[in-house]
Amino acid sequence: MSEMVLNIISGIAYLILAPVIGGLLAGLDRKISARMQRRVGPPVLQPFYDFFKLWDKQPIAVNEAQRFYVFGFLLFVIISGLFFFTHGDILLVVFTLTMASVCFIVAAYSSNSPYSQVGAERELVQTMAYEPMLLLMALGFYLKCGSFSIDTILKAPSMNFIYMPGIFIGLSFILLIKFRKSPFDLSMSHEVHQELIRGVITEISGRTLAMIELAHWYENVFLLGFVYLFFAWSAPWSPALAVLMCLFTYFSDVLVDNCCSRVKWEQMLSSTWLVTLVAGFVNIMFLMYMR
Amino acid sequence: MSLFALLIGVPLIAAFLVFCLRGNGARNVIVPLASAVTMGLSVAAAVKFFGHPEFFKLAAPELPMVIMALDIIAAVVILYYTLVRFKRPWIALLELVQLGAVFWFEKTVGHSIDIAANIAIDNFAMIMVLIVGIIGSLIAVFSLGYMEEFQKEHRDVEDRRPFFFFVIFLFLSAMFGLVISNNLLLMYTCWEITSLCSFLLIGYTQTEEAINNSFKALWMNLLGGMAFAIAIVWLGLEYSTVELSMLVNLGRSSEPVNLAVALLVFCGFTKAAMMPFSGWLLGAMVAPTPTSALLHSSTMVKAGVFLIIKLCPILGANHTGLMTMFVGGATFLFASCAAISQSDGKKVLAYSTISNLGLIVCCAGIGSYEAAWTAIMIIVFHAVAKSLMFLSVGTAEQQLESRNIENFDGMFCSMPRLSLCMIIGICGMFLAPFGMLISKWAAMKAFVDAGHPLLLLVLVFGSSTTLFYWTKWLGKITAFIPAKENLEEGIHGVQWIALRVLSALTIITCILFPGISQYGVIPYLEVTYQTNMDVIARSNLLIMSMMVILLVVLPLRFGKGRKQKQVVTNLAGENSGDNLSYRGAAGQTIPVTLRNWYMEKWFGEAKMKLCGFILCGSCLLIEFAIILGGAFHV
Repeated sequence: MSEMVLNIISGIAYLILAPVIGGLLAGLDRKISARMQRRVGPPVLQPFYDFFKLWDKQPIAVNEAQRFYVFGFLLFVIISGLFFFTHGDILLVVFTLTMASVCFIVAAYSSNSPYSQVGAERELVQTMAYEPMLLLMALGFYLKCGSFSIDTILKAPSMNFIYMPGIFIGLSFILLIKFRKSPFDLSMSHEVHQELIRGVITEISGRTLAMIELAHWYENVFLLGFVYLFFAWSAPWSPALAVLMCLFTYFSDVLVDNCCSRVKWEQMLSSTWLVTLVAGFVNIMFLMYMR
Repeated sequence: MSLFALLIGVPLIAAFLVFCLRGNGARNVIVPLASAVTMGLSVAAAVKFFGHPEFFKLAAPELPMVIMALDIIAAVVILYYTLVRFKRPWIALLELVQLGAVFWFEKTVGHSIDIAANIAIDNFAMIMVLIVGIIGSLIAVFSLGYMEEFQKEHRDVEDRRPFFFFVIFLFLSAMFGLVISNNLLLMYTCWEITSLCSFLLIGYTQTEEAINNSFKALWMNLLGGMAFAIAIVWLGLEYSTVELSMLVNLGRSSEPVNLAVALLVFCGFTKAAMMPFSGWLLGAMVAPTPTSALLHSSTMVKAGVFLIIKLCPILGANHTGLMTMFVGGATFLFASCAAISQSDGKKVLAYSTISNLGLIVCCAGIGSYEAAWTAIMIIVFHAVAKSLMFLSVGTAEQQLESRNIENFDGMFCSMPRLSLCMIIGICGMFLAPFGMLISKWAAMKAFVDAGHPLLLLVLVFGSSTTLFYWTKWLGKITAFIPAKENLEEGIHGVQWIALRVLSALTIITCILFPGISQYGVIPYLEVTYQTNMDVIARSNLLIMSMMVILLVVLPLRFGKGRKQKQVVTNLAGENSGDNLSYRGAAGQTIPVTLRNWYMEKWFGEAKMKLCGFILCGSCLLIEFAIILGGAFHV
């Protein structure tokens, strides 16, 4: 009974805290990036100011349908996060996340604007690029811990990372895509001055755009949760290490973002699949045959 | 037993009635009536026999004679087409060889073999009966409206509708016979009849392309039939049995029945259009759409995987099992890649069908409990969602006079109800929480438990390419382009009935699938494998069902909420106000056209086919080399 209560509490905590943490991470990201570029940068709370301003804007839309799809995106991101934080099934988390991505892509397609469509197609290629690695990660945990249940994974007798370093490398690689960082920020980027205007979100504004921001905060938090799973095991002090590793991963992604320029989609797809094959698959083979 | 006689008899009588009473009026009465009766009978059979597996001896002394007579009639028709109507003598040779083999066998050995059970009824057969009965009948009803429009649009095509419906009902009858037969000779006869029906329907329009493609389908299926015939003869000579259940028992007690199993699996491959035999299914898309929906996605091709799944318990860790899973896996991956580069709606559907069949075959090859569960579940989900997709595309084709996905632009506004059907179909094909995804989930678990890392790789990449081509399509039809007029006018009432029922079925199977698994699939596997387990934890199945319900409820919110100010989209110049054109830099008006993305260089059809054919072909070669080599040396 206590386990169930704990799960529910952590689910509620996720609902309330994830946007706060996600927003703060976004603020830190901008601050650190600015410092790397020798700028002062906006205050750490700037993402929240932006969010509330977007929320109060006059509702403008290119059609009635788009808002609906964006709502679906937000909803399914939240649901997949809930599955994660209530210690559900990791494959279910990945599948629901895919569902959310599809809603997001369809939202962009529905505007029938060229810039949106280019963004949508690129987003779709990105999804195709990272999806195999996410699934391999889930399979890796299954092979290591004998279950897809996050509960079991967290109670592993030894650190998961030691057995799955290749999968961790693969995951870090695709997190660059998921966090929309250079060199893989093809579908939409934080920099506005680019060829596809703002890609997926070109035609989205006001409260709808705010919903997308919110969804990304939720998403980023539980994507870092995947990193957490690699470094948490039954040892009582391991959560601290795991949180540190999450922060480190996020920081290194910011660093990479500032060091790289955007690549073409061909390079994105081939490099991601190559990493999936070399790091991820070899690791899976190891888990399957060596243990 | 009489129930099954009715199940086979009613469509057969309907077939002859439709053929003899050639008038439109008579047909418009007979077809819905016969369909309704067939559907009712199949449901009744399911209610009666679900959970009560039974073998029937069917000790009719005339049975061998009937089987032979049917074989000969089918052969005569095939010979007429291959020798007299069109000159394709070497296809006739394929038919003559197998007819000769079966005939000789029946005359010399066959009559002395004692058959314990001609008919085997189990839950799996009942699931197939339900699929054939419900979906088949719906498609037959749909065809009434569709074919009327079809003949109006294609004035140059001779109106052979009595013949069309004759073949459709004949096919339904043969299909029922196929799934309940345990006697391989009986199954072979039904098998040949379905091949023949497929051939006749593909050639319906009698254009040169249709005729060529129909012969392509014929020779590939006859090749499979030949393998079937050889398997029967070999099995009869070596073990003096012609029963499928006996074959499985022999395999279980590790008798060397590899040759028969491999031949039957090969036969299943040709029917299920595994690479390198995928060509006929693509060619079959020239047939009128209801044909493709019925034969080439939801039922006939399932006969191929049906046979392989029946053999499931004796596949697995042996070389026949390995061959099966690799051919299935390779077909799954390469067909789903090839689908990315296609813009013809029916071709995408064909490739997607091939790829799903590949996944089913792959699961069947693994042969474990989990894998068999997955395979059967995919059959159910795929049959419902794919027939819906075919019928929607067929309807859209008639309204838009094109089945190119590029022309489905803005369907959401011009044909809202049809596009909703299509959206349900697409979601049913790949998206969480719909059925196919559950199957993928279970497949993943089955593959990882069976310890085949290469297949895992195939599965994760295959499912992400699947995601790509479906979402691309989804994006195309959801694009919001305000329509000038509603294009749904000319769609017949019967077409709407079929589309609505199938849409509802897609959603209902997704909500009720924990029940399908609990009362349909698991009892069958319990008997076959003597164990009982949950492939996916029941709590997760429930979560999935709830998510489907959520998805059904969610659209009720559509269009509600705060009023939004409508603005125009961002184009590369001044938008003329309707999002359809803009003023370019030089002041000229430029129309907006958006094209989808096909990645020809990466996923070109020829390239994917080449890879798939080489891989699957070499798997087949190696398998038969091992078996024949073994046979010669032992």
